[in-house]
Amino acid sequence: MSERIFTCERALGPATEATVLVSMRTFSPRYDLDRENGIFSRSDHPLQGQRIAGTILVSPGVQGGIAGGWAFMMMRGRGVGFAGLVFGKVNPVMVQGAAAAGIPILAGVDPAIFEVLRNGDHVRLEPAARRVVVLPGPSYG
Amino acid sequence: MLLNDEEKAIAEGAQGEAARMCIEQQIEVGDFFGAERFVPVSNVHMMGDYEVMGNAGQSFLQRLLDAGGKVRVGTSRNAQCVEYEYSQRLRQSVELVSHEKDVRKLLGALGIWTVDTCIGYQTLYVPRFGEHIAWGDTGTVAYANSVLGARTNYESGPAAIASAITGRTPAYGFHLDEVRRPTARIVLEAPLDDVADWGALGGIIGDRVRDYWSVPAIVLAPGVRGPSPDELKHLGAALASHGSLAMFHLVGVTPEARSERELGTKPLRDEFSVTRADLESFYERTTPADPAVRLVVFSAPQLSLSEIETIADAFAGRRIAEDMTVLITTNAMVKAAAASTGIEGRIAATGAMLLQGTCWYIMDPAEMQRQFGWTRVVTNSAKLANIIKAHGYEPILRPTQVCVDAAVTGAVR
Repeated sequence: MSERIFTCERALGPATEATVLVSMRTFSPRYDLDRENGIFSRSDHPLQGQRIAGTILVSPGVQGGIAGGWAFMMMRGRGVGFAGLVFGKVNPVMVQGAAAAGIPILAGVDPAIFEVLRNGDHVRLEPAARRVVVLPGPSYG
Repeated sequence: MLLNDEEKAIAEGAQGEAARMCIEQQIEVGDFFGAERFVPVSNVHMMGDYEVMGNAGQSFLQRLLDAGGKVRVGTSRNAQCVEYEYSQRLRQSVELVSHEKDVRKLLGALGIWTVDTCIGYQTLYVPRFGEHIAWGDTGTVAYANSVLGARTNYESGPAAIASAITGRTPAYGFHLDEVRRPTARIVLEAPLDDVADWGALGGIIGDRVRDYWSVPAIVLAPGVRGPSPDELKHLGAALASHGSLAMFHLVGVTPEARSERELGTKPLRDEFSVTRADLESFYERTTPADPAVRLVVFSAPQLSLSEIETIADAFAGRRIAEDMTVLITTNAMVKAAAASTGIEGRIAATGAMLLQGTCWYIMDPAEMQRQFGWTRVVTNSAKLANIIKAHGYEPILRPTQVCVDAAVTGAVR
């Protein structure tokens, strides 16, 4: 099995590698997360109870607001936060928050990625090249 | 981004290390969004309290301060997570109160007004049409862009502080004419009677037109009256909460939509109507299996004086039920006005608590759930009903009079 590459329209931050959490829901740190402990806590969220530490979130979009600007920094400081973010559509707060926290964020990802990626797959984010590389693994083939 | 001489100097550290750090981050974000230049801002509103920033954010503020950081335009702080007068009664932790006091000192040292409000546009600073600002708190952004015709993106806490220190923000998004034109047309066919109705409308549109870069234009069907400023406040807050939207037009009401013709000819991505049945369906989504309730909250956004008076009137001399908690949040300016006009006394007589400087959903409601055993919350705020699920609550959205009746009877209909 070989790597598979998905391009993005915009990106910033350092390159990183990690396993992914895929959410088809639009994402908000305040609405979806217990930010103290880095856990999906929204009562009706498919990922409820899932720990996020060291993972890369892949989601088609975002909702709500401003709290994300501090949330990524706060969770990184506590060692419970995302290692990176990949979105379809994005708002400025997610980008500003990722920049302030020093984690990579990519937006405008090729929507075909959502047909391929599964929770636990391993990816490499390459912001400078504006691409997400899905690495060979058990669930991707 | 193209930088002018002053911006180049800031980037080289000529105005201090804090300003250099800030503009470096602003350039990174500006490049991400393809901004060609900066635009000066005349006012900043930032979100930043201990609940949202934690120790890492506190350290960030300290680093800015140590590096000589000082705001250069008027900068207000959003609602905070602690209510000093009621913290013990609401069992807020001593640690949270202590941390928040530390954050408050840091913000004050940076020159930020710790006015703790998310309705500064009703009480503190009203930008003029076309004014470039850098505001955080999504509801304030929606109101500024839509109702006032000012220009701002969502600015996160760190980004807003950066704008306050450098006096500028990257010119992308809602600072630009083309982004402000409508992308969807919605006909409102139902007369709306309450702030909750307008919030529900925002929820319906936000759920469907869910994209920061979308701008819905709402057209009132014949016979449908336009909203009051408080109703516009709830509409904008719910659009932002449900749809991450930063701007809307209301034809014949908001300043960039005096007529449909004025809205331009950008191709629409969506067009639909909202009827009374749609609104009833939206309310029905939060109808509980068990009508018993012990908590009613009026918050998100903070209430204006007229909203508080409406609640006092709705109680009509009645008191809240046994084992019931009713929380109303506002800012210090409105609370002072409520005190001087006797409205605060009327609220106190009902048994409700009038909190200042906070918004309930940032007061660690998950901890309050553990402390008080609350499972459901009745509210007239569509924004709050959307947010509070993250903290394990079952929200029940209802018009103001129904919320007050639930507070009196202990049951919601």
